[in-house]
Amino acid sequence: MTQADEHLLEVEHLRVSFHTYAGEVKAVRDVSFFLDEGETLAFVGESGCGKSVTSKALMRLLKPPVARIDEGSRISFCGEDVLRMDKKRLRALRGAEISMIFQDPMTSLNPTMTCGKQIMETLMLHRGMDKAAARKEAIRMLETVRIPDAEKRVDQYPHQMSGGMRQRVMIAIALACNPKILIADEPTTALDVTIQAQILELLQNLREELHTAVILVTHDLGVVANFADRIQVMYAGQIVERGTVREIFREAKHPYTWALLRSVPKLAKETKQELYTLKGTPPDLILPLAHCPFAARCEYCMPICRERMPEETSLSGTHGVCCHLQHPMAPKVEGFTTMQGGSAGG
Amino acid sequence: MVITLLAVTTLTFFLMRAIPGDPLSSLARVLPEQIRANYYAKYGLDQPLFTQYLMYMKSLLRGDLGESLVNPGRSVTATILETSPISAQVGGIALLVGLVIGIALGVIAALYKNRWPDVLVMFVAIIGVTVPVFVLASLMQYYFSVRLRWLPTSGWGEAKHMIIPVIVLSFGTIATYARYIKSSMLEVLSQDYILTAEAKGLSTGQVIRRHVLRNSLLPAITILAGRIVGIFTGAFVIERMFSIPGIGFYYVSSINNKDYSMIMGTTVFYAALFVIMQLIVDIVYTVVDPRIRLQNKD
Repeated sequence: MTQADEHLLEVEHLRVSFHTYAGEVKAVRDVSFFLDEGETLAFVGESGCGKSVTSKALMRLLKPPVARIDEGSRISFCGEDVLRMDKKRLRALRGAEISMIFQDPMTSLNPTMTCGKQIMETLMLHRGMDKAAARKEAIRMLETVRIPDAEKRVDQYPHQMSGGMRQRVMIAIALACNPKILIADEPTTALDVTIQAQILELLQNLREELHTAVILVTHDLGVVANFADRIQVMYAGQIVERGTVREIFREAKHPYTWALLRSVPKLAKETKQELYTLKGTPPDLILPLAHCPFAARCEYCMPICRERMPEETSLSGTHGVCCHLQHPMAPKVEGFTTMQGGSAGG
Repeated sequence: MVITLLAVTTLTFFLMRAIPGDPLSSLARVLPEQIRANYYAKYGLDQPLFTQYLMYMKSLLRGDLGESLVNPGRSVTATILETSPISAQVGGIALLVGLVIGIALGVIAALYKNRWPDVLVMFVAIIGVTVPVFVLASLMQYYFSVRLRWLPTSGWGEAKHMIIPVIVLSFGTIATYARYIKSSMLEVLSQDYILTAEAKGLSTGQVIRRHVLRNSLLPAITILAGRIVGIFTGAFVIERMFSIPGIGFYYVSSINNKDYSMIMGTTVFYAALFVIMQLIVDIVYTVVDPRIRLQNKD
């Protein structure tokens, strides 16, 4: 089924549950999305919304039997069903076609192996290089991720580098085999703000140079604004709103998206203004959800919101939202956009 | 190191002399007064205790451990040189066997966590830690030597004499290492860099060999020094039970005979050995763990 208009990655009805002693936690509940070549898609949401689990599920990195991708889920990469791949095919996929960088560069690198060796490992595995060639390529990769003194750095251990440097090494490992998709799971969360900007800029440049599609997982809308093409806002294991960066920042329709936008700190005139905080916590994912998951925290909650799950309303080809406020009979409420709130999005 | 050795030597010297009786009192015959006095004078036992201590330390610094008080003419150094290779042979093999089996069992237990191989390994490990060596040794002597008549109960000289002692001695190491490696491996398996390794597309075997093993073996090196001591102290009992003419055998009999110079000599030997072992372990650690090695350089 290789069609001309096929997406690079297509996920349909993804459901992931964790089987714990306390019960079955439904971490991802029916998530569908796609990713095209060279584009950047951001998963945004607070802790525990399922954004990280979704991204790990794409490479099947979740550990059975505790974590399970439920029946009926479909992940298709270049027309191939990832969930049906055997171990060998899956290993060939990981690191070569889809690769991943993680949140904390301090712990994501093996402390007893030189950085160079950790890059070479991927090269030798997927590109069949011998040691000498892999070493040369590893040095080139370190230069690609703008690490000065690459010749010297290649033989250093992770503890000899700063957090920003280590994240660059992680990026070098991930991009070594020129993958089609790079999943960046909160790549800047553990770093200083100034280093964050550098790493994001690097990722942006490399994405353009290598034409890699990127899935950026973050809880920070400020990070997304300049980086992503499209955004999907996740809440309690579901996508509550999706759209282009412009649509999310300028025309957001979901009260949760408004709350996220209001929580972005900004350098506005009224500096005295306290930063907005969204009250309450997300719902317990062990419990079944029959109604809108955001109802309990929503300022605009209506009786229907506590009874029925909202369907997705399509506002444009790219913009969709799951909220009862979209019903023709619902009251018209003024949402929050960066137009009135300042210039966080730009 | 020197301070440790000095402390051990001093302490042993005075503790040993605090035990009532002397080398002659353990002899069955009652000696005439004159002979007794001659004997004391010959070995300096008639001097005040502190003077004796200084004399001993002086000769110790010259490397002279003196000669046995019970078997005149037999130098302590010669006894140690003669008997320690035998102990080293038994202990070394036991340590090696213990390490190999212990690490292997620990790895298996970690990989099959909460399944039957894990339960079995932990059962064996708990027995190994709790059952004293002399119980285990007697049981094995009884079943394999007396009942089944497969192996000799005791003796020395042939390979078959070593089998039971080595098994008994290595049991503690097996138990300690199986438990230790299991927990350290489980900890490493939960680290982020293992996920990184999996995301690279490495197979489970490759992940374990390249990323898990080395990192989980590192902390296990620390307890190696303790295991070496365990082998030694185990050897005191084992060598007597199996009549192995090792240094542990002579050490125990020297205490029974109040053979002062033998006690001192073997103690100093043991202490020095232990301190050196610990030093070696520390050096090994810096070789295998780059984090320690490079801190000195920076």
